This record gives sequence, C-alpha cells and structure tokens, in this order.
Amino acid sequence: MSLGEYEKHWKSVVSQSVCDYFFEAQEKAADVENVPPVISTPHHYLISIYRDKLFFVSVIQTEVPPLFVIEFLHRVADTFQDYFGECSEAAIKDNVVIVYELLEEMLDNGFPLATESNILKELIKPPTILRSVVNSITGSSNVGDTLPTGQLSNIPWRRAGVKYTNNEAYFDVVEEIDAIIDKSGSTVFAEIQGVIDACIKLSGMPDLSLSFMNPRLLDDVSFHPCIRFKRWESERVLSFIPPDGNFRLISYRVSSQNLVAIPVYVKHSISFKENSSCGRFDITIGPKQNMGKTIEGITVTVHMPKVVLNMNLTPTQGSYTFDPVTKVLTWDVGKITPQKLPSLKGLVNLQSGAPKPEENPSLNIQFKIQQLAISGLKVNRLDMYGEKYKPFKGVKYVTKAGKFQVRT
Amino acid sequence: MTDSKYFTTTKKGEIFELKAELNSDKKEKKKEAVKKVIASMTVGKDVSALFPDVVNCMQTDNLELKKLVYLYLMNYAKSQPDMAIMAVNTFVKDCEDPNPLIRALAVRTMGCIRVDKITEYLCEPLRKCLKDEDPYVRKTAAVCVAKLHDINAQLVEDQGFLDTLKDLISDSNPMVVANAVAALSEIAESHPSSNLLDLNPQSINKLLTALNECTEWGQIFILDCLANYTPKDDREAQSICERVTPRLSHANSAVVLSAVKVLMKFMEMLSKDLDYYGTLLKKLAPPLVTLLSAEPELQYVALRNINLIVQKRPEVLKHEMKVFFVKYNDPIYVKLEKLDIMIRLASQANIAQVLAELKEYATEVDVDFVRKAVRAIGRCAIKVEQSAERCVSTLLDLIQTKVNYVVQEAIVVIKDIFRKYPNKYESVIATLCENLDSLDEPEARAAMIWIVGEYAERIDNADELLESFLEGFHDESTQVQLQLLTAIVKLFLKKPTETQELVQQVLSLATQDSDNPDLRDRGYIYWRLLSTDPVAAKEVVLAEKPLISEETDLIEPTLLDELICYIGTLASVYHKPPSAFVEGGRGVVHKSLPPRTASSESTESPETAPAGAPPGEQLDAVPTQGDLLGDLLNLDLGPPVSGPPLAASAVQMGAVDLLGGGLDSLIGAPSFVAPPAAAVPANLGAPMGSGLSDLFDLTSGVGTLSGSYVAPKAVWLPAMKAKGLEISGTFTRQAGTISMDLQLTNKALQVMTDFAIQFNRNSFGLAPAAPLQVHAPLSPTQTVEISLPLSTAGSVMKTEPLNSLQVAVKNNIDVFYFSTLYPLHILFVEDGKMDRQMFLATWKDIPNENEAQFQIRDCPLNAEAVSSRLQSSNIFTVARRNVEGQDMLYQSLKLTNGIWVLAELRIQPGNPSFTVRRPLPPKAPGPLPSCPHACPGWGRPWWGGVGWGIHPGVKKHQDSDLRKLQLSPIKCLR
Repeated sequence: MSLGEYEKHWKSVVSQSVCDYFFEAQEKAADVENVPPVISTPHHYLISIYRDKLFFVSVIQTEVPPLFVIEFLHRVADTFQDYFGECSEAAIKDNVVIVYELLEEMLDNGFPLATESNILKELIKPPTILRSVVNSITGSSNVGDTLPTGQLSNIPWRRAGVKYTNNEAYFDVVEEIDAIIDKSGSTVFAEIQGVIDACIKLSGMPDLSLSFMNPRLLDDVSFHPCIRFKRWESERVLSFIPPDGNFRLISYRVSSQNLVAIPVYVKHSISFKENSSCGRFDITIGPKQNMGKTIEGITVTVHMPKVVLNMNLTPTQGSYTFDPVTKVLTWDVGKITPQKLPSLKGLVNLQSGAPKPEENPSLNIQFKIQQLAISGLKVNRLDMYGEKYKPFKGVKYVTKAGKFQVRT
Repeated sequence: MTDSKYFTTTKKGEIFELKAELNSDKKEKKKEAVKKVIASMTVGKDVSALFPDVVNCMQTDNLELKKLVYLYLMNYAKSQPDMAIMAVNTFVKDCEDPNPLIRALAVRTMGCIRVDKITEYLCEPLRKCLKDEDPYVRKTAAVCVAKLHDINAQLVEDQGFLDTLKDLISDSNPMVVANAVAALSEIAESHPSSNLLDLNPQSINKLLTALNECTEWGQIFILDCLANYTPKDDREAQSICERVTPRLSHANSAVVLSAVKVLMKFMEMLSKDLDYYGTLLKKLAPPLVTLLSAEPELQYVALRNINLIVQKRPEVLKHEMKVFFVKYNDPIYVKLEKLDIMIRLASQANIAQVLAELKEYATEVDVDFVRKAVRAIGRCAIKVEQSAERCVSTLLDLIQTKVNYVVQEAIVVIKDIFRKYPNKYESVIATLCENLDSLDEPEARAAMIWIVGEYAERIDNADELLESFLEGFHDESTQVQLQLLTAIVKLFLKKPTETQELVQQVLSLATQDSDNPDLRDRGYIYWRLLSTDPVAAKEVVLAEKPLISEETDLIEPTLLDELICYIGTLASVYHKPPSAFVEGGRGVVHKSLPPRTASSESTESPETAPAGAPPGEQLDAVPTQGDLLGDLLNLDLGPPVSGPPLAASAVQMGAVDLLGGGLDSLIGAPSFVAPPAAAVPANLGAPMGSGLSDLFDLTSGVGTLSGSYVAPKAVWLPAMKAKGLEISGTFTRQAGTISMDLQLTNKALQVMTDFAIQFNRNSFGLAPAAPLQVHAPLSPTQTVEISLPLSTAGSVMKTEPLNSLQVAVKNNIDVFYFSTLYPLHILFVEDGKMDRQMFLATWKDIPNENEAQFQIRDCPLNAEAVSSRLQSSNIFTVARRNVEGQDMLYQSLKLTNGIWVLAELRIQPGNPSFTVRRPLPPKAPGPLPSCPHACPGWGRPWWGGVGWGIHPGVKKHQDSDLRKLQLSPIKCLR
C-alpha cells in the first residue's frame, strides 16, 4: 500500500502482520472498491470501509455486529472530515495526535464513548491556525478539562450554553434520483433518496417543529436521534431539540414508481462494426419531466469497452475527455437549452483484430435541478419554542442524479 | 505547525534526544516531546525505552499531557510491568479527583493496563467509581468491570463486581444502563453457563425504557440483549415488538438491524392470524430496503442478512424485487449478493423482469458476476416452471455468443434443467454438442458428459462423443472421470451391441489404471453388476432419478432458525453458526427461535414447529453447485425403483410358462392331465381365494347388493414415479361390462394432455374396449375420474401371478408403466349358473388333487344373505341343503374364457367354510390361443416408445396411435 499505516489498539495489542491478510485481499481485488468489507483470517476478522481513497480497517477478535463496526468507522471518518475539513492521509498525518486523542475519546474497550461531533468538540478542540498560535504562546492545551455537558443529559447531541449573535436555521432538502433506464428508454427501476440536512445556529435550548405540506410522501424515513418519534407518528410533524451546527435531520426514500419523475432522456446510438476497427458513437440529451426548471451541471460518464483505443468526437456544447488507460469517457455538458439539444457524436477507434465488444456500455448521468424537490416534498413552516428571540429561517431545495444509469 | 513534523526525525540519536526533551523543565517542551513519542508509537516504532521518562510526566494538571501519557501507558505497560507500578499512585489519586472527567479517565485507563499487579490496586478505586455520584463515572466504571474480567475473571467474581454491575441495570441514567448491559453481555459471552443477564419482565421493562433515551450505540447493546430474552407468551412478545419498532426508523443502520433481529425472533411467537403480525411484516420491509441505499460496506452486510430474512419469511420483501437490481458500478461483492436475493424472490409474477435483468448482466464485463448471472437463469428455470422455456431460449442465445465461460456455465445449468424437466428440451442437445470442444472446465465437461449419457439413445453418435472424451481419460479431473464412467455404462445398457468395446475400455481405465479409490470402486461396482446381473445393472444405473429441488442453496431449516437469532452478527455474514468459527474454546450457547405460546386458552395452532420446512415435501436431491460427484452417486446408486419389466426377466418368464402348465390346465388342454397339485393354490387358489374373501368382506360396506363387489380405489401409480401424474383405480363389473375406474390426478405444475392407455397381454385377454378419453387438458392439481370399458378380446398370455396386469399410460410428458392385480370376480360372467345335473356330474369328475379348501372367517351372514350377495357378483347357488345343522351351498361360476369353477360352501353360525373344487370346461371354451409356445411371448415389445428396453435385435412395434412418441434421433456434430 502506498499509503502510510496508522494503528490504534484498544484491548490487547494485535500484531501488525494481521494486516497482511488485508493487503492480500486488496491485491486480489482488481479495483480498490471491490475489496470485500469483511475478511476472515485464522484468528481475527478484518472489517473495513473505503472512503476518500483511504481504507479504515478494524481488527476484531470476538463476535461483534459488523454493521456496528462499519457504522463506527464511518463515524470516525466523519469526525476527521469535521475536524480537519477533509479526510485524507495528509490531514491525518498533520494531526496525528488529535487523531489519537479523538480515537481514545470515541472508543473504550470496544464500546463507543462519544461519537457526536458536539461532544467531541467540547473534549478536544478542533485545530485552527489561530488556536495553535495562541496555545504556543499561553501554553494552554486544546483538550477541554470539564465534562461535556451533553454527555449524560437526555439530549446528548447538544451542548449547553450555545450563544450566537445571529440566530439562524437553514434546511436543505436534497433529493437524488437513482434510476436504471433500459435501451428503449423505459424505466427499469427508479427511486428517490432524499435527505434534509440542517444547519442550525441557535442560542440556548431551542425546541423546533418542522411541518410539511405533504407529509404523506414520507413513509420510509430514518430519523436523527433528536426527533421525537411519537409526535411524528401521531401528527406527522418533526419535533426536536437540534444539535448545534450541521447535521442530517432525516433521510427518506420515495419508491412508488409513479412518483418518480425522470427529468432527462438520452437518445443513443453506439455501434461497433464486425471485423473493422471502428465504431460509431452518438448521444443526445433532452429534458423530459423537468417541471419547467432548468437542468444544469450535466455530466455523462461512460466506461467504454476495453478494446476501445480512442474516441474522436464532436460535442455541440461542453467539452469531453477520453482516458485511454481507464477507458472512461467524460462529457461535461453544462445545462440543457431546449432549443438546441446537446449532442456528442463521432468515431470510436478499436484495437484492430480484437473481437467487437459484446455489450454496449452503460451511460452514467449526473445533473442538478435547483429549487425543486422532484418528489414534490414541500416544507410548510418552522416554529420555535423555548427561546424568545426571532431566528432567521430558510429552506433550499435541490434535485440531483444519484446512481442514474442508462443502458444502451 | 502541524503534527507531521513529528515524523520527520529519523536521526540515530532520536531516542536520546527525546529523553532529554521529556526531562526538560519547560512544560511546553515536555508536551511536544510526548507528542513526538506518541506519533512514533502510531506508526509502530518501538519507543518503550522511554517508559520511565514518559511516566514522570504523568503528574501534571495539564489534562492534555495527562491524556497523552495515559495513551503511552496503555501501550507499553504490558512490556514494562515493574515500571508501570510507578504509575499506580497517580491513578489512585486521580480516582479521587473532584473533576469527574479525571476520575473517569483514571478508572478507564487503569482498566486498559493489563498487568496483574496493577489490577489488585484497581479494585478499591473501581468499587468507589461504580457507586460514584456522577453517572459519567459510573458508566465508565461499568465498562471497566468488563475489562477487568477479561484480565482476571476470578478477581471480579470474588470482589462482587458482578452483582454491582447487575444493580446498574436499574440505574436512573439510561447511558449507565446501556453500558452495564454491554459489559454484562460481554462477560456472559465468556461464561455461557452463568446466569448473568437474568432477564425477567421487570428488567425487560427497564431496558425498554432506557432504549428510548440512550445513545445509538447503547441502543444496539440493549436490543442485542433483548433478542436473547424469551417472552412468556405472545402478548408479551407483541408488547416488546411494539416498543422496538420505532427503532426501525433510526439513522444508524446497526440499530435498525438489531431491531430487525428482535422483531424477526419474537414474530415467531405471534400467530399469523393476528392483525399485528401483518402490520409488523409491512413495517419490516422499508428499513431493510433503506439499508441498500447506504454505503456499499453497509449494503453488503445488509444483503447477507436480507438473504436470511427472505429465506425465513419471503413475504417480507416479495414486492421489493427492483431494489435488488444491479447497478453496473456496484462493487462486485454487492452485485453477487443482490443476484442471490433476486433469485430467491423470483416468482411467476416477476419472472419476466428478472430474466430481462439477468440477460443484461450476462453480458457484463466481470467474469464472476457473468457466471453467476448465467447460473441464476438456470435457477429461475428450475424454480419457476412457467419460465423454463424462456430461460432455456435465453441460455441458448448466450451459448451463441460463444464467450467461453458463458457457454460452460450455460451447459452446467442446462444439465440441471434436463433433470428437472426430462424429455422436454432435448432438442437443444445438438446446439450443446457444437460447443463440445470449447469446454475446458471440469464442471462443464462433466455436465456435458452427463447429458450425453442420459440421452444416449437419442444421440446417434453418443458413442463417438464419449469415446473422444476417453482419449485423455487420465488427464481429466475426478468428477469428469466418474461422470464419463457412468455415462458409458449408461450408453452400454441402452445400446449394448455397438458399445461393448467402449465399456470394456472405460472399465479397465477406471479399475486398473487409476489410483483414485472412488473411481476404482465405482468401476468395480459397475463391472460386477454388468457381468453378473445385467438386469440389476439396468435397474441401478438407469433408475429413475429423484426430483431435483426447486430451490438450490437453501440453508438447512434448523441452521436458518439459529442464524435468524444471530441477525446482524458475523455469523449472519458468513451464514455459519458462531460455534463454527468463534475463536477459542469459549462455549457458545446455541440460540433457537422461541416456540409459539399463546397467552389465552386458544388451542395451539398445528404449525407451531419453528422449522421452516415446507410440509409434505418429498425427498429432494438438492444439487449443490459444484458437487457433481454427490449428485452422481445419488443418481446412480439411489434405491432401484420398480420400473418396467426387463427383457431378460421376460424371457425367463417365457421359460416358466413352458414348463409351468398352470395356464394350459386353466384354459383347458384337451387331454386334461392333472397337473401337480401344488400348482393349484399357486396359480389359481390364491388370487381366487383372495378375490372371494373380498366378496365376503361385508363389513366394509363398499359392496352393494345391486352390483358386484367394488374394491376401494388404490393408488397404482404414485405421482413421484410418474412426473406428477398420480393414478389410482379399481375394477368393476356391471351389467356384463368390465370396466376400469380410473382417477387421474395432476400433481405436477404443468398441464397434462394427450392421454392414452395400453395393457400388456395378460391371462384373460383384458384390453381397453375404447381409447382413454380425457376430454379437457388436465391442469395442475386437477383430478379427473374416468371409467374405461374393458373387453376380454385381447391377446392372452399367462402372467405371474395369474391376475396381474401391466399397464402403460402415456401423456404429453412421458410414458409411465405400472402393474396392478385385478380381482378375479370381474371375470365372472352372468350365465354362470350351471345346470344341477351337470353340476353333479362335473363335481364327481374333479380329481381330488384339484381341490382346494379354505375358510372365510368372521362372516356373520346366514345362507340366504350369502347366496344373494354372491349372486350379485355372478356366483350362483346351484343347490342348497342342510346337513347336521350346517347349510351347504353348491355354487358355480363361469369365467370370461369359459372356464367353470364349482364350489361348496359350508356355513356354520359364525364360521362358514368354503371348499373350492377344480374347475372343468364342459362347454365350448371360446376363442383361445392355440398354445403359448406359438406366440413369441415376451420377445416382442408391446408398447412402442422410448424407454421400454427390450431384447436387442427386435425393434418392431405394435401398431399404435402412440407411434409419434418415437422421437427422431439427434445427430450430433463434432
């Protein structure tokens, strides 16, 4: 592995050689993304996640729920992201002591201790340039010496004594469309994965109620622990004392087929001639059920077959690249103007003598629609109790392509 | 500026330099030095030499420095136990610190120092901390008990920490409760026998309360603990389920899966009629589907668990097929799991979609995935009968692509399809043979060889094909060798004349030139079978194969039930019970699903048994992929099924026929030489006697006064032997007409049409007087009753026993054979009353040797009743007299072929006895064949069609409208 390795032991020390099993599995997998998440070795189990080009591996000796471990590892990566602004090898290297301190606070004897960002930040202050300067002058440390307030209360996610001069509460409704469209353009599978992310900067202990115009849409929902489940069950209102800062309030899934609008269509003609070293490539993108909004940020990614040597294409708009090593074609389209639909056409050069590809590649499409939640979900109002000030409130909607694939 | 600077020092005197810095007076320098030490430690450098210097920094009021030193201590105390003692005082002092954070930190760190000497000092501080006023300290101390137990279990027990821990389950703070549960669970894992987590309704209630208020991790511990509880009745189970269901909406997938485990387990106790049961089922689907939109690692674990859940309760996700459709950029481990679940969920309703997807996948890039997709198509064919044809044509399309591994996989699954639907898709064999040369994987070669052997009679050049494999016999893998041996033996049994040499060759290769004991043994078995008893060989080798199971790779039900209890754990990922892989000798308690217990007096439903085996399944051979060997043994060495009679035995019977003489006496040879007396009971007495006892079997009430006795229908042909067709029937005689009352039941999954019936020649020339008329196609599970009129004008041949009848029934699927015994009384004609004078004269002429006598017991009827009842079956009373209080009845009857039978019936109250006297043919015996010698007997097949293996050389068939059954042979190209 080209990356450095860092280890932290909680119970007994496990020899580093156990990682060899992991590297072995990694070598076997053609692609880093294909390394199996659970690997058994003669005496241990290795559970890993792959995030931001880093592997997080944990070694376990006894029966532990793997999801528990995987969730925890993701939480660790989230925390690094939160503390250092990015979760990368450089960030970890630069902050190795904080990393160590964080891990110590997050896990004890295999039991997670504090995984909430709010609590951790009270225990260990995130690094800032200013703080490190101040610390070096005053000799103070970035480790808090009082018990975090949220740690034992019934609302462990919120710290006490929060104060802001500008009190704000913002909500982002983000919906992603996962879809598989077949050759003929009909939908094989489609669903919407939605989330409401919140950024709450409110002083004191605010108690919020968020209501929707059409809460019936939400029948498959996962909640942040702060949400009072009973109120949702009885009134379909999200009632909660929020954590301080950024957090994911809910995630939901809308799967009933008729509710999932498909905002774009693709006309495609990709063909490879038998016994010839070339093929034709022609795709056009157009708007479909876009609710009158502009579709922007369109990118088409295609994993071309191995026998493709190069591609000679002309886009009517945007720009394209083809990587002859990974065989990935990327077409950065931009936005669709209905008057002139964007298209990309031209010739494909194949390795001569190789058999023509059996299968046409799938197209992976990215797009974005601002100010629209494609499921039709709408926030009705936000009420605040428990505090006297008037907060500034806002809701933003955005629809994106998730795993949006068109088979050709 | 950043910590990366700590990594840059690689100078030789590094340790020495650090030592100096650690002993510096300046606080800031000290801290920097400790940080450098920690940084070295994280990358695995040995900095243990600095132990005393680092420990010296411990006594500080700077919390960060203290924490860093603690980190160092935890890592190195084990290697420097004596030095570690130096730290004890500070620990003990810190445990008294006014700041709860420091108290907790001290107790937490002490627990991590795995040095015996230190643990002794730990006990007192720990005891205090367990009762600390601050819940943060209590919850940390709870975990410390588990740590200490891992180091020194006896100490923990002696100090009474376990009881204190149990008390913490009732703590007012939910986080303390959760940690106490976690600690107790961990300790209990290493002490399976101990009753640490003694759960009762009160403690369960406390846990459920804490569940709502503790952190997500705590919720997982509590849910996993709840899953080990067995509620006392269904009401308690339901109330726990109700309080657990809100957890299904948690954002943490581990919480969701633990909640699913509790629900799946307790559902077992709920009656399926309960409304709540249905509600719960509906609630389970959305969270499981949601897990699939998470990160791929989470998806993988979720999919492994969903695989168990759909096997246990397929109804949960039956409408969610589409979420398992594969995206091309899913990691391979997710793709393979999704595919598995797609097949489990495949049903008639969604098969079209599934097949379209599978076909799509079969052209993808990843070889493993493509292979599995091709296999999946085969599994669909076997699982959903309606789709079989489409699957086969899809597979043929894929074979046409000529992609080597696709072709091989396709052939492996087509073999299974052939086993499931024999004689249906043989037309594809030619296409398969075209690809013979491209097969290089043992499994595919073995499958192809199996197909050739199985259908040897339909493949003209089967011998050539098999011979070509034989050339490199010793280079083949064992499964191919075994399969080749069996296939050639099959071929020999089917086409004995042309393949003698080939079979010799393979037998000697297998027995003399091979080192493999399996191969050798099998070779010897075949050899001996073939040389001593070819008939038996045929019965063994060509025996009917057990049905192939619809679902492959199913987890065995008891294991499945155990695994359901382990949802979310490693066991659920590996689909193995923990006992199979948990490290070390730690005993593992086998978990099992709770039995259903009703709270009310309502009767327990019969389906209490938790085992999920579908009832009434016959023995299925589950073909596990890759286990062709086991499969083969199943095929070949399975119990011999009574198939059609075989050529050799038929010839033997012909010989008996010549000597036996039973028949010619029966049909009345002119000379009427008395045969040996022994022949009488053997040939006639027994069937007749039993037939008559049937007539007297008056208690059964089936026989009616108006008509002759009718035996209840018996199953003649079980569905298992006839690809789903079940035939039961009986014989009747009414108003001079003999008929065969048949009941045909379709127990297969496909429609049956084109029925026809034929009898083998038999002693009395019974033959169908009309074709078998089944008017509508027989759809699955349908039953039809048919009365088939019989005549006695068919050709005659003595059978053994006399009244046995061999029947062939044909439908669109195959030809089936069975034999049955008919009661003789259906052959008693209506004009069987002999003249008195003639009776008297004949009676006297019967030699004593021809007499048989037996008793009919327990017949409470008087003479009149007996007489009238017998008359209804065409046994007539010629005379009657009373001798010494006994009624004597003189009876006569005539068989369809003109043979008379006379009888004397003596009736005492409660004990009638019956005397049979030798029959005599006084009148014209009717049309009889001249002599059994005249006809070639069994040498000629009497049914045209496949499978009726007959004497070699004779190939002509009787005229029959069933001729179309003969399928044109297939010529295979190489």
